[in-house]
Amino acid sequence: MKRRTLNIGVTGLNAIDSPGPGVSVIRALREAESFDVRIIGFSYESLEPGIYMHDLVDRTYQIPYPSGGTDTLLKRLKYIQQKENLDVIIPNFDSELYSFIKLEEKLKILGIHMFLPTLTQYEERTKVNLNDFGERYGVNVPKSQAIHDLNSMHNLESEFSFPMIVKGKFYDASIAYNFEQLKSHFNKISAKWGLPIIIQEFIHGTEFNVTGLGDGKGNTIAAVPMRKQYITDKGKAWGGISIADEKMLEMTRKFLKNTKWRGGFELELMKNKEGKLFLLEINPRLPAWIYLSVGVGQNIPEALVNLAMGLKVKPFPTYTVGKMFIRYSWDMIVDREEFEQISIYGEL
Amino acid sequence: MKLRKNIATSESGLLFNPVTGESFSVNPIGIEILSMVRAGKTKDEIIDALLQKYTADRITIENDYQDFIDILFHNQLLEHHEKKNA
Repeated sequence: MKRRTLNIGVTGLNAIDSPGPGVSVIRALREAESFDVRIIGFSYESLEPGIYMHDLVDRTYQIPYPSGGTDTLLKRLKYIQQKENLDVIIPNFDSELYSFIKLEEKLKILGIHMFLPTLTQYEERTKVNLNDFGERYGVNVPKSQAIHDLNSMHNLESEFSFPMIVKGKFYDASIAYNFEQLKSHFNKISAKWGLPIIIQEFIHGTEFNVTGLGDGKGNTIAAVPMRKQYITDKGKAWGGISIADEKMLEMTRKFLKNTKWRGGFELELMKNKEGKLFLLEINPRLPAWIYLSVGVGQNIPEALVNLAMGLKVKPFPTYTVGKMFIRYSWDMIVDREEFEQISIYGEL
Repeated sequence: MKLRKNIATSESGLLFNPVTGESFSVNPIGIEILSMVRAGKTKDEIIDALLQKYTADRITIENDYQDFIDILFHNQLLEHHEKKNA
């Protein structure tokens, strides 16, 4: 029987040293067993590598930055929809999620489905609200505080001791070992991602991640824990291995049950020497290492698309433990005309 | 003393702890000791077997054995730790 072909829009095509999840999501979708795909890439910049990966991405359109507002984005998506007849969009950046969540109903009228967290879910898990989140749902979180100016930093010493983590509201994190470093990280990260800056207690331990999918009713559709084996200087996993840690899976199930999380997610966890788990961050989208989920038998992007299309999806019963991913970089040769096409016309 | 039941071991000497995601490689003597541990042999039986096979005195073998066991325990690969004089 011929499978249905879905037109799926995917963002996060920046497969660079701190990669967006788009290319991994597309690889997973291309291996889906329940449908075929035509992939429409959405890019922000002309040098995002995914734009030029023609074996993965059928056509790419530039879309406006989130700072342009939802009206501008909607106008662009309407234009794209006329040409591409999209069935589903999978946004893959934290910074764009707010706009897409706001537009979910309007896009549904256009025939475009998404499977995103609600605005409440999106906001209550932000780094700024992590302390409240931990208290509300009974999860261990490191002490965090949002600061808006350099003066507030002087009051931190009574609350925090060095080293401490300095985080941007969407991305970036650096360790500060003294006040000078704290000031420098504050300036650098706020210049890039704006305010507030989040100061977080430093937890010594080993870093783990869990990716998964919640059905919005409190059920766990998928969950795959991973230990980072090789970490880049930006803190990104360049290699990792799937593990069988029941405590992590339990924490994940509890998170999904209590929040009734809708959509893909990544939990960033730290395990200290005593084996206690701390939730450092909840990323409200699929991670760049999501292709490992396909490798262990849980095609999470495929399940997410089926949920977006209103289909019933059964929870994955199991996954393979001890499966590794090793990331690599690859130089593509690209004709200048292609770069020109996407840069000038915003389409390729 | 027992290896934790979920620890995967290979003939080439690679140990994988599926809970922590850590991997370890052990040398050929380590593989021999692990296979005897897996077979349920006691500390004395393992040391006697090593004494018969290798030209080293009992104290050296006992110390090396204990160091190896301590490392396994430290890395959460053993269910029970066998104290040196136990």
